[in-house]
Amino acid sequence: MTKSSPATDGLVSIPALLQRNVELYGSKTAYREKEFGIWQTWTWSETEKEIEALGLGLLNLGVSEGDFVAIIGRNRPYFYWAMVAIQSIGAVPVPMYQDSAAEEMAHVLANCGAKYAIVDDQEQVDKVIEVQERLTGFEHMVYVDPRGLRKYDHSKLHEYSHVQDQGRAAYDELINEFKARRDKLTFDSTCVMLYTSGTTGKPKGVVLSNRNIIKSAQNACEFDALVRDDEVFAYLPMAWVGDFIFSIGQAYWSGFAVNCPESAETVASDMREIGPSYFFAPPAVFERHLTEVMIRMQDASKFKQWLFERYMAHAKKVGPAILDGDSVSAMDRLKYKLGELFIYGPLKNTLGFSRVRVGYTAGEAIGPELFDFYRSLGINLKQLYGQTEASVFITAQPNGEVRADTVGVPSPEVELRIDESGEIYYRSPGVFVEYYNNPDSTASTKDKEGWVATGDAGFIDEKSGHLRIIDRVKDVGKLADGSMFAPKYVENKLKFYPDILEAVLFGNGKDRCVAFINIDLTAVGNWAERNNIAYASYQELAGHPRVLETIQSHVEAVNASVAEDPMLSGCQIHRFLVLHKELDADDGEMTRTRKVRRAYVEEKFNDLVDGLYAGLPEIETTTEVTYEDGRKGSISATLELRDVNVVPAAPQKVAAE
Amino acid sequence: MLDASDSYVTEDGRTIGAVVMEMKNITLRFGGVVAIKDISFDIREGEIRAIIGPNGAGKSSMLNVISGFYNPQEGQVFYKGKQRPQMRPYQVARQGIARTFQNIALFEGMTVLDNIMTGRLHHTKANIWQQAFWKGKAEAEEVANREVVEKIIDFLEIQSIRKTPVGRLPYGLKKRVELARALAAEPSILLLDEPMAGMNVEEKEDMSRFILDVNDEFGTTIALIEHDMGVVMDLSDRVVVMDYGQKIGDGTPDEVRNNQAVIDAYLGVAHD
Repeated sequence: MTKSSPATDGLVSIPALLQRNVELYGSKTAYREKEFGIWQTWTWSETEKEIEALGLGLLNLGVSEGDFVAIIGRNRPYFYWAMVAIQSIGAVPVPMYQDSAAEEMAHVLANCGAKYAIVDDQEQVDKVIEVQERLTGFEHMVYVDPRGLRKYDHSKLHEYSHVQDQGRAAYDELINEFKARRDKLTFDSTCVMLYTSGTTGKPKGVVLSNRNIIKSAQNACEFDALVRDDEVFAYLPMAWVGDFIFSIGQAYWSGFAVNCPESAETVASDMREIGPSYFFAPPAVFERHLTEVMIRMQDASKFKQWLFERYMAHAKKVGPAILDGDSVSAMDRLKYKLGELFIYGPLKNTLGFSRVRVGYTAGEAIGPELFDFYRSLGINLKQLYGQTEASVFITAQPNGEVRADTVGVPSPEVELRIDESGEIYYRSPGVFVEYYNNPDSTASTKDKEGWVATGDAGFIDEKSGHLRIIDRVKDVGKLADGSMFAPKYVENKLKFYPDILEAVLFGNGKDRCVAFINIDLTAVGNWAERNNIAYASYQELAGHPRVLETIQSHVEAVNASVAEDPMLSGCQIHRFLVLHKELDADDGEMTRTRKVRRAYVEEKFNDLVDGLYAGLPEIETTTEVTYEDGRKGSISATLELRDVNVVPAAPQKVAAE
Repeated sequence: MLDASDSYVTEDGRTIGAVVMEMKNITLRFGGVVAIKDISFDIREGEIRAIIGPNGAGKSSMLNVISGFYNPQEGQVFYKGKQRPQMRPYQVARQGIARTFQNIALFEGMTVLDNIMTGRLHHTKANIWQQAFWKGKAEAEEVANREVVEKIIDFLEIQSIRKTPVGRLPYGLKKRVELARALAAEPSILLLDEPMAGMNVEEKEDMSRFILDVNDEFGTTIALIEHDMGVVMDLSDRVVVMDYGQKIGDGTPDEVRNNQAVIDAYLGVAHD
């Protein structure tokens, strides 16, 4: 199907790459994890031993070739080893989101018919046990952290280290089988199965082969010149394709070290200690960092604030140009160097960005202000556009060609095509094999020639040759007067305001647009504190008249900005409301990767949407909420619905398409 | 009825051993005020033993007798089968009895880590000069102590505040740090004076979980005072009920709950 040659030297599987790494740089660090306050390290040689012991132990438990083994836990070396160990014995690792509720887990476990699961701790063990009865053929579970599990029935439950011990004990009996299965792996063997986040409907299992992962990793490593001395910080969910590519694919291809934080709460300080050179984060993470910096700066002394503002303004002016290697006057350069010494350097150090050579953001559009802030500090932050089905990479921005509003040029060996409706198609060695047990979906996504429909609408920017994304194809609709309705475009503009966490725009088939808005509790709460506004709850703050005033001013500014684009000027917001609860994955309003499920939200809050269109000044509503432990409750509120000024569309210029 | 040396296994599979501490006819007076009047009860190895009662019942005084802070005028304390002579609190601590306080008693200016390290004092043999100059036993001891402390930090899930000064922490976390410090002494008996006072429901649930886990993982015997009835009844194996300095009930949570004297003490009863 794909014509690309096998990766060099017969390195056709992750276990084969492991062998190579052991031979070439066995004594170099492969994994670090902070535990008991100290960074514990494992070299490639030690990693191989751990993986082998686990693989033998799993053989001992009876794992057969082709079995699916679920992996549920936070980023820890044990789980990365497990993925490779599972693959080594011919089984398929299926990493899952560890914050999923038991119900969501049941769907994935049942869908792939997982017989085994390797999980983190008691919490995960309990969840799997809860749904276990409904799964046919589920056999054994392995856990890493024994705490609280001592009294559980251990006939089908095993501690990770015990499984390894048993594997080591049975070395002589099983090593031949282990090696035979490992050597059987080909470029087309399944490397991993990852579940899509399910923006639409139930998650689907995406089968990725060794070819997909290794070729994508190789190309991306070459694109960004990643080498074995690089350091990556693994803190994003293991179930997400990006983490698999970065922390397994690229780490094994280049031989760089993967660093795991001590716990979810210590991510920031652990990252500061490691100082990764290759870093990835969704825009939300960058935004949180920036908000924290700004909040802390407001508490600093007047002199420091003055210094900070002055130098940040200078950085904004010349920083991106210096990063891109454009010409900048000697004076400005000197001033920037001075800033680096006193402001930018220490700030980057605090954020853990001192050594970042290549940084990516993806998943959502990033605000230009936000993007420029990091670029101006001299952090090489770039955008990429990818999908699980593409083994991440579709387009990426090359060094020196970075812009806030595009997602870059096609990655190496990726072909791009845009059809009449504006939908983006791609073909590459990273294109997934199939959706597991779902030939219909596979056929509707991937055609016979290997072209995959992204479901995203976009166009190639004339000037830069970069791809620009407008929205999901299915979300792009038409207003009643036939003009284009691209909700994401407007929502992103709203979300670039720190006060606004989420926005949902409605208007498909209607004569005008209305919007739901979620405030950002950190930013707005901080603002309230400064302005002596007392509030007892999220709901109260969200309904505060002064908050509504502020949001209204943002909406009006966005309207003005939208009006500048004649194609989309119909998408201006006529009325809006601020929601009384945060949209939440536990309530099904968002996916686990924090993308809004538009249709679901529209249906769930249809009374509010109707209210906005009916022109009501306020509305009473009751909403069901689900708590983290699965219990349900409800909240009621009276919401104020506000009218917003719209700007007349800019005079229609000659179509510039 | 169990003998002092008997052991049994609870419903949830924990082994409760022989009597480790016995209070015999304790009476404690402050001048003319009788805080504790002729109370006897025992604590078995591995159990969670609660002392409850209305305000002013003498619970904290009882805990202070166990910890050696107060010396009762009458009665004897038996620890591990031997009658305990009059002792200073630090001598009691050396015997393996650690405690937390109702009003948090941490070093506010020190980090969480340093606070917990102070709990290792009784496991430190190096003298002040060795420690000051980092010579002799000092280094090896500190490394060993830190290892124990880190395990406790991991256990109580306070990694993210390891280096934070205690004064900056919210109340619920301070309570957890205090528990950590007590655990650092690797006590055989842990005394908790109102571990959940002033906490919200979630903090209480967390603390309950930790108390159960400590008991389960380390086999630590726990004696606690608590006001929240729901918590006490869920956590403890046996409960002593005090009122006006006297013992009015003693037994499993169920027995205590159905004891008329206890019901009267809590719900009040018409005085003639």
